[in-house]
Amino acid sequence: MDTLIAALRSLLPHDSVITDPVRLRTYECDGLTYHRATPGVVVLPGTAEQVARVVRLCNDFGVPFVARGSGTGLSGGALPREDGVLIVTSRMRAILEVDLADRRAVVEPGVTNLAITEAVRDRGYYYAPDPSSQQICSIGGNVAENSGGAHCLKYGFTVNHVEACEIVTPDGDLVTLDRMDPGYDLLGAFIGSEGTLGIATKITVRLCRAPEAVTTVLAAFESIEQGGQAVSAIIGAGIVPAAIEMMDALAIEAAEAAVACSYPEGAGAVLIVELDGPAAEVERQFAQLEEICSAAFELRVAADPAERAAIWKGRKSAFAAVGRISPAYIVQDGVVPRTSLPAVLAAIDRLSAEHDIKVANVFHAGDGNLHPLVLFDDGDPGAGERAEVVSGAILDLCIEHGGSITGEHGVGVDKSRYMPKMFSADDLDTMQLVRCAFDPQGLANPGKVFPTPRLCGEVPGVRKGVHPLVESGKADQL
Amino acid sequence: MSLDPELINDCVHCGFCLPTCPTYALWGEEMDSPRGRIHLMKQHVEGTPMTPEMAGHFDACLGCMACVTACPSGVRYDRLIEQTRVEVERQHVREPRERAVRGLVFSLFPYPRRLRLLRPGMWLAERLAPFLGRANPSLGAMAALAPRVEHRQRLPRVVRARGERRAVVGMLTGCVQGEFFPQVNAATARVLSLEGCDVVIPRGQGCCGALSVHSGLDGQARRLASRTVRVFERAGVDTVVVNAAGCGSSMKEYAELLGREPGFRVMDLSEYLAELGPVAKRHPLPVTVAYHDACHLAHAQGVRSQPRELLGAIPELELREIPESAICCGSAGTYNLLQPQAARDLGDRKAKAVGTTGAELLVSANPGCTMQIAAAMRRGGAEIRVAHTAEVLDASLRGVSL
Repeated sequence: MDTLIAALRSLLPHDSVITDPVRLRTYECDGLTYHRATPGVVVLPGTAEQVARVVRLCNDFGVPFVARGSGTGLSGGALPREDGVLIVTSRMRAILEVDLADRRAVVEPGVTNLAITEAVRDRGYYYAPDPSSQQICSIGGNVAENSGGAHCLKYGFTVNHVEACEIVTPDGDLVTLDRMDPGYDLLGAFIGSEGTLGIATKITVRLCRAPEAVTTVLAAFESIEQGGQAVSAIIGAGIVPAAIEMMDALAIEAAEAAVACSYPEGAGAVLIVELDGPAAEVERQFAQLEEICSAAFELRVAADPAERAAIWKGRKSAFAAVGRISPAYIVQDGVVPRTSLPAVLAAIDRLSAEHDIKVANVFHAGDGNLHPLVLFDDGDPGAGERAEVVSGAILDLCIEHGGSITGEHGVGVDKSRYMPKMFSADDLDTMQLVRCAFDPQGLANPGKVFPTPRLCGEVPGVRKGVHPLVESGKADQL
Repeated sequence: MSLDPELINDCVHCGFCLPTCPTYALWGEEMDSPRGRIHLMKQHVEGTPMTPEMAGHFDACLGCMACVTACPSGVRYDRLIEQTRVEVERQHVREPRERAVRGLVFSLFPYPRRLRLLRPGMWLAERLAPFLGRANPSLGAMAALAPRVEHRQRLPRVVRARGERRAVVGMLTGCVQGEFFPQVNAATARVLSLEGCDVVIPRGQGCCGALSVHSGLDGQARRLASRTVRVFERAGVDTVVVNAAGCGSSMKEYAELLGREPGFRVMDLSEYLAELGPVAKRHPLPVTVAYHDACHLAHAQGVRSQPRELLGAIPELELREIPESAICCGSAGTYNLLQPQAARDLGDRKAKAVGTTGAELLVSANPGCTMQIAAAMRRGGAEIRVAHTAEVLDASLRGVSL
């Protein structure tokens, strides 16, 4: 490590290489604090070329590297390696180009999600994917995790809004992957690869025209079932709102304590429905919506952007707000088919009662993406373990109902052990083939996404020996 | 006062504070963000000694409290950093040069009489700045920022209400404000009086203790605070109006500092005027104004709308918003003296933002901010006139030009 550090120092400006142990420890975790590891060394490159050189050095020394943006990820995707280099892109935050005619912007990976919108908002454009942490999460991290957000129901995820990426491959080459490239969709493979296929150093994003009209409705229901029925009815009526978000009573309590969002009192659940598009269409959809939400005891419509922001503030701060009502908690992320929502929510309720662990529910109801917040007191012995059990059981529920173990937070280090529950050994081996095609040395974010060791007694790391698909003649190893 | 682990544990590491932190905006490093600093505090509480590196990151915090506004978990970073600074003063041995500068700052600024001795020589400061800067960047910054002082106006003990008396309030004259910006205090007293207040200005008041609180000088802070409380309690007022944001925010927390409630409430001038409601006639002021949120007003006291409403109610005055308004200008009490380079970079950033408004006049509730931004704009080759909110109101109420 010492010779590597010396080499890094000769490569980068003095203040871009961090080795002081106290400083290093501040990088020990991202938004998921449950897993911690002090990185061997942290570098803060300022250019793509510097990133490439650092990665090449890692190859020369056979040292693993992990990329980190703003460190807000919730699956531990940026968990450092004690024996590795943490490459932080937070100083690469220039918006390089805005091209409204082609509706695209070219940005560095450390630019925050919201900064893109802020740069073009006054000209009537915005960047559509909007994770709740949008004011701080970096676009590079969004690409790595294929981040979503409340408005992905109508507009799609990061993968639908990135046109091209300049990346540093795991062996240190600087290449550009473009949506327009003929052949395999390598950009599609790269987005959501959680740092295992390389590091994005320049991202071309699509900009959307701000809709002519936006109507944001807050509907308060007595029970979560009523809310769930309304969600199914909205989608069933053929309406595709920009967003349908639901929060249960406990989540509302937390948001209320944090940002005083003044949601209707006594609600068992609130739905936030946002309609956007041409004014005439929004008006017609709103009339339908009013009818569908007849079970709601209060229907509040935002009169202006300030009121809209107030409604969203409660929802967007919900994760961190839970800190107000619980000393510790786990943010879970799973997906179920919309139609299974009531059954799954009822089952979560049962789990919660059975283990004496409270669960607050916040979710993107429109696409069945659950974010149960499993609350516990870390001062209470055994509570953390019980919360883990509940949290894991919720993922089992998602799989049982034909859903997924992650909607938008990624697999990271936190959920790699659930991958075998969703995928067969052959599936996982095939994914490994893709990974190894990009990263033959296994240096890019090792230990994430895939369960290691895959088998008892197996040494963690790249597959040793011949892949079964190669052996059976179905695939060629590159 | 030692570091409270409970307050540290409130942080859930979400990172929502990062984009509003001035030092994170400058350097993009975890250790110089609120989340990173809280992590350092945690390390220290868990037994890691106060290393010079650690102390350096705490010293680099401006104490602007933008992170407190941004935090969804309600982390009391304001209290945490104050406790930490005390800890730094106790455990960290500073370099002799640094000690000398800090010694100078804290034995000078909180003492109006000592400041008064400087007044005659202040016209020289600007010319001396480059030479002093070569000897020590902090001295250079101090000289470069020194304002042209106006004639000292001795305020009477009581300024009577004009017209019908609606209230009786106390007024803090402060240390730097009183000595270097006497015109702001005079304007404040006139505005209050024109709005129907008897303004009680007790003698014997000095520094409120804010500078010491913000720098971890616990003992000095308590001494100065106790004296201020005594002076105003003796004056028998139930409200003390403050026109300097940093002072107001510290005085609002006297109960925590001294362990007892003072016998009066503390309000910022704009906060008080908004509550009182206007009676005096506003004369037109045809001027474009960029209003700058002083951190200790907007973040520490949550006073944002009142000054805008007061300014916006002046006929023909056009109010313009400054982009990135939540980010500190780098003045931050004594920060521009103790961390001159970071303060300068933040000042340049703010000056650029103010420049985009095209406004003729920069208004803020804190003279430190306006001095800092005006100096940064001069460096960038732009000029802007500056005024305190009180001065703008005073001009409008009296029907004189600014």
